[in-house]
Amino acid sequence: MNNEESRKTREEMSGIETKSAKAGGADTREDVKPSSLASVAASHQTKSKTREIPDGMGLEARSIHAWFGKKLVLEDISMDFAPGTVTALIGPSGCGKSTFIRILNRMHEFIPTAALAGDVLLGGKDIYGSGVDVTKIRLKIGMVFQKPNPFPSMTIRENVLSGLRLAQIKIQNEDQLLESCLVRAGLWDEVKDRLDEYGGALSGGQQQRLCIARSLAVNPKVLLMDEPCSALDPGSTLRIEETIRELSESISIVIVTHNMQQAARVSDYTGFLLSDGGPGRLIEMGSTSEIFSNPTDKRTLDYVTGRFG
Amino acid sequence: MTTLSVSPRKPWRPKVGRLWPEILGAFFTAFSTLAIVAVTPLKGRLGFSLTLIAMAVITSATVSWIRRDRKAALNSVSTVFVYVAAAFVIIPLASLLFEIVSKGAVGFSFGIFTKDMSLTSADSPLSEGGLLHAVIGTLYVVLLATLISTPVGFLASLYIVEVRGRFAGVVRFFVQAMSGVPSIVAGLFIYAVWMIGLGNSYNVVAGAGALAILMIPTVARTAEEVLKLIPNDLREAGLALGATQWRTVAMIILPAAKSGLVTAIILGIARVAGETAPLLLTLGGADAINLNPFEGNSSALPFYVWKNYSLGNPESIQRAWLGVFVLMIMVFIFFSLARYFGRAKGANR
Repeated sequence: MNNEESRKTREEMSGIETKSAKAGGADTREDVKPSSLASVAASHQTKSKTREIPDGMGLEARSIHAWFGKKLVLEDISMDFAPGTVTALIGPSGCGKSTFIRILNRMHEFIPTAALAGDVLLGGKDIYGSGVDVTKIRLKIGMVFQKPNPFPSMTIRENVLSGLRLAQIKIQNEDQLLESCLVRAGLWDEVKDRLDEYGGALSGGQQQRLCIARSLAVNPKVLLMDEPCSALDPGSTLRIEETIRELSESISIVIVTHNMQQAARVSDYTGFLLSDGGPGRLIEMGSTSEIFSNPTDKRTLDYVTGRFG
Repeated sequence: MTTLSVSPRKPWRPKVGRLWPEILGAFFTAFSTLAIVAVTPLKGRLGFSLTLIAMAVITSATVSWIRRDRKAALNSVSTVFVYVAAAFVIIPLASLLFEIVSKGAVGFSFGIFTKDMSLTSADSPLSEGGLLHAVIGTLYVVLLATLISTPVGFLASLYIVEVRGRFAGVVRFFVQAMSGVPSIVAGLFIYAVWMIGLGNSYNVVAGAGALAILMIPTVARTAEEVLKLIPNDLREAGLALGATQWRTVAMIILPAAKSGLVTAIILGIARVAGETAPLLLTLGGADAINLNPFEGNSSALPFYVWKNYSLGNPESIQRAWLGVFVLMIMVFIFFSLARYFGRAKGANR
């Protein structure tokens, strides 16, 4: 079972490589990078924003401004995350990508000096509205962090089900949920015989997939991922990217990444954020194939072709 | 089949053959010290130690200067001073331990844990009577103090680290200030407020209250440090899963900090187990076992030691040493437990 899957994985990986190699070989040397990224981005179908997702919920950010103390760090960012799509946020360090996605599930407010203007709409309702139960919002908008952070005092099983315990949700069949979450996170085959070991005993990549399984257990409508693969090796990264593609059949995903290849591989839409020393702004947003092959802004082109950043 | 031709070595270690300047230097230090003490009026242990330190500094500096340079000489001088400082810490501790063991172990027998002093007069031999009443009193008073100070200490540390409320800085300041309160003041406070003010008489609860005042800052400060070590990732992970702050703290933070929090309690116990002054004012003292913490005079090991020592006859002084010895064993057990629980972090790795 496990071997079969990893073989499949390897084939897919080599498939991607062949494609990019072909495209790169055909062009001149300077254009190797953009055209290969563009071909990676074009290699999968961009999902339509109007696709019908049963039980899906879209997320909309309207004119978001954010401050830390007196310093404006995000200026007028509006983005639309349709149900069942993967949106990548790219941009150099310090441009506010992480701040932005933390605003999307109300983690921004844990920083004492933070302030915010603008609206975030989940399924049309403002998550910052008065009378909104913030814990219910975070149940619907899950988050995976840059560093794998399984709960050290809990076993693998307890980690996956921790969301239910924390939010005091009772369900009928926990074992079934446990299995389906771990399968969806691509971890089941590796841990099915050691569910009662501690989460800290897993490797970094496995821990991160455990964290993804943990956030899936509470059945979120949107999953925010803040550089989920930055601490992982290529193999684990690939497993997580597969997981993202599978998850996007049912939920919307927003992923922050510094890895352009990754953005091109997994996302349907890409937003490019940039800060010129001042607040971060959304420079360009469009379908991933467009951003990587034919961006309208020169700064986007420079960034995705690796001329800066 | 080939045999392995390399063997493990430590090439960074000096070779034995090159150690002769050090060996000669050590001999020279020893002999010159003996010679100086013999010829000059420097006498006694103090004179000998000072001469030894001075000669060690001079010899090692000279050897290093000849072999290498001025920097090496400075290095060996500071090395000597570091060793001397270490000795200054270890010698008093070791001699204290030696003194307690050599004087306290004399009357030590299983019998002392089975009898109290109610039917024994102060000058009867050590084989009669025991300190069971004092051990029970200490266990009672420490247990009660722990029951009072653990919730208060933990909640205070949670307020400082987790809630980070408006008064977190003030609370931290008062906790720090409280850890500097002299123990007699804690005893006087309970004596004045709880006993004179509210009209209670001597009992274990009063003693436990006085000890709790001393224990709370230790528990709170240790717990604060432990909670600060919990990575913020875990808090955010819990909150991002839709948990309230209370559920996050109860289900994630506290279990993750468990071993450290146990250490905090045990360090607090070890801090107060040997306190005498507050107990003098609050327990009243007794020679018989008192199993009721809410009523009647009681004893404790530090109290037992103080009382027997002040009686002044040879048997009582012997009993005082015995009490010190038993108390030291109890504190040692507490510290061993603290080390054990502080180390047992199997769940993490």
